[in-house]
Amino acid sequence: MAIRKLLQIALKDVRLIFRDRSALVLMLLAPFLLTIGMGAVTGRFSGGGSNSGIEDIPVVIINADEGQLGAALVEMFTSADLSDLLETTVSADLTAARASVDSDEYAAALYIPAGFTDSIIPPPQRSAPPELVQIEFYANPTRPTSAGIVRTILEQFLARVEIGRVSGEVTVTQLLENGIITPDQAASVGMAAGQQLAQSTDSRSSIKLKNVSGAGAAVKFDILAYMAPGMALMFLMFTVTYGGRSLLVENRQGTLARMLISPTTTTEVLGGKVAGIFLTAVLQLLILIGGTTLLFRLQWGNPLGVLLLALAAAFAATGWGMIIAAILKTPGQIASVGSAVMLIFGLLGGSFFDITMLPKWVQTLSKVSPNAWGMQGFLSLTRSGGMESILTPVIALLIMGALLFVISVVWISRRGLARK
Amino acid sequence: MPPILEVHDLVKKYADLTAVKGISFDIQEGEIFSLLGPNGAGKTTTISVLSTLFSPTSGDATICGHSVTREPMAVKNCIGVVPQELALYEDLTALENLNFWGNMYGLSGKTLSTRIDEVLEQIGLKDRAKQRIKTYSGGMKRRVNIGVGLLHKPRLLFMDEPTVGIDPQSRRAILDSVKDLNRQGMTVLYTTHYMEEAQELSDRVGIIDHGELIALGTQAELTRQVQETDTLILHIGESEDPQALITALKDLPGVLRITPTDHEVSIVTPSAEELIAPAVMRADQMGIKIYSIDIREPNLEAVFLHLTGRALRD
Repeated sequence: MAIRKLLQIALKDVRLIFRDRSALVLMLLAPFLLTIGMGAVTGRFSGGGSNSGIEDIPVVIINADEGQLGAALVEMFTSADLSDLLETTVSADLTAARASVDSDEYAAALYIPAGFTDSIIPPPQRSAPPELVQIEFYANPTRPTSAGIVRTILEQFLARVEIGRVSGEVTVTQLLENGIITPDQAASVGMAAGQQLAQSTDSRSSIKLKNVSGAGAAVKFDILAYMAPGMALMFLMFTVTYGGRSLLVENRQGTLARMLISPTTTTEVLGGKVAGIFLTAVLQLLILIGGTTLLFRLQWGNPLGVLLLALAAAFAATGWGMIIAAILKTPGQIASVGSAVMLIFGLLGGSFFDITMLPKWVQTLSKVSPNAWGMQGFLSLTRSGGMESILTPVIALLIMGALLFVISVVWISRRGLARK
Repeated sequence: MPPILEVHDLVKKYADLTAVKGISFDIQEGEIFSLLGPNGAGKTTTISVLSTLFSPTSGDATICGHSVTREPMAVKNCIGVVPQELALYEDLTALENLNFWGNMYGLSGKTLSTRIDEVLEQIGLKDRAKQRIKTYSGGMKRRVNIGVGLLHKPRLLFMDEPTVGIDPQSRRAILDSVKDLNRQGMTVLYTTHYMEEAQELSDRVGIIDHGELIALGTQAELTRQVQETDTLILHIGESEDPQALITALKDLPGVLRITPTDHEVSIVTPSAEELIAPAVMRADQMGIKIYSIDIREPNLEAVFLHLTGRALRD
């Protein structure tokens, strides 16, 4: 077999697909845009140093309370612990703050009314029961996730305040009943006890975003590290079905017959077509991986592992492209079935969501798709996994590709490469 | 000298259809041989089998001394094929197409680039060689399609209806280029359903119909088969019924055969001039208006009509 002819056919196919604008849109632009879109939805591109995908939530606080609880709440929202998560602005104008939320400038506004501290820790000289004063939480309905996070932080603060208040009351009552303190000392002792008990629930703020890997080491989670391989693998299926379709297109336009009546063997022609699909698939993956690395500073993990996995995924996907081309009869059929397979494999393979949320049988079924194995491997690498972590996915992908290739070659041989 | 191509009782079946029914003929080196026949006669199937794309169901053919069934690779190296379809990559330039197909024929390096230059010169597209095929006119595409078949300087060139669907100017250029190639020593097997092309180009003609070779020989030999007959063609209006005219004329003295085509009736007769007056009168009596009249002396069309009872365009 002349490798030179095989390569000529493959390179011709790569050149043709990279000159087809509509193919380029689906091969490269669509996965990029979907990755960017999903990243934007989850706040990945809103700035800051975190890769959580949820960061720098804009929130405005108006503190009309002159007591220590209002100050403590402001202090917590502006603390260094939450600086990655929140971008807090302190304001004095409640109306302006609400307007800013309405105009989507902030995810939420917190209004701490005057007398908030006194309503929880009444001053010693007051005899009447404290009037109920509530913090106002003004949420932006167009940012439900971000507003929900702010609300959760606020609720945690209020829960700690409530623990402190109840604990202080119980302590003072007990001390008074046992004559350990006098009524004059009750206020100061109650406050000290409440603060101490409230703080004992956690040494510091309990609000942090933290992802813990299986081994227990804390790693930063980047939503793009999930979306980018998911989209790349899903649109890889488009590329291979497009490549498989080209076999039937060439048959229809007469170029396949022309190759077969030249002194070129059937093996060289078929090998060239397969090599063309494989090369295109590898190039597509490498461009997407390189592009997301440069544009989004995405960490794909061990470069050698990424390359090996990309080659194996492209090989398995090429097998699917070939078998679709072998079984179906017209380019139109391949386009329709290819799109359906792309979406089904995308869903099954976890391109859109974590498939561990799905029933066990669906997870098992997903293993027929190169997407599932590819996702497993790429996610292992992004979580700092080594070469050993991708061994199983790579072997599975290679076996899948080899099996599909053998079946499709047998099928094509029985039917004949050129069709009348 | 042995023929460059010998076909022996070639049969090709597709499922229930027998496309080629045991044809035999040969072509001498340096000849232009035309296979003339209507669409669906089996011309393209014959070319497909001779060019080794499909195996014959039975029979064999020898090209350049090699069997198409037993030595297909040797046959492929000897022949060039210009297929009926524009078998080109429209998103590649003419240069890229020629480069790719040259590689498929085993050419490379300096030999390939020299041949590409020569072919581009030959097909008159040197100035537009770096433009994509899809920007070309139909005639230019046809010329590139032919150029690809010439790259490796084949001894025998198969041209399968190379003028279908192109303007008269491009058609003229292609017919001239076939004659040029033949003058340079290339043997050509040319298929067509245009009688005029076969008549202009061919040293010998094989007439094929329904998969059978019904006549074979030089034009003189073939026209002798229809003896001294003329063809009188009566052109009638679109609203007229040719069958009604046939019914009216078929019993006139001197009518050997009468057949309808699109808004025409063809009459084979020993003397067209003698038949004109009675034919026009009879048509007038029937209320059928004749718009114009042609007289054709014996030609390949008449031969086909004589042999099949149908016109080539049917």
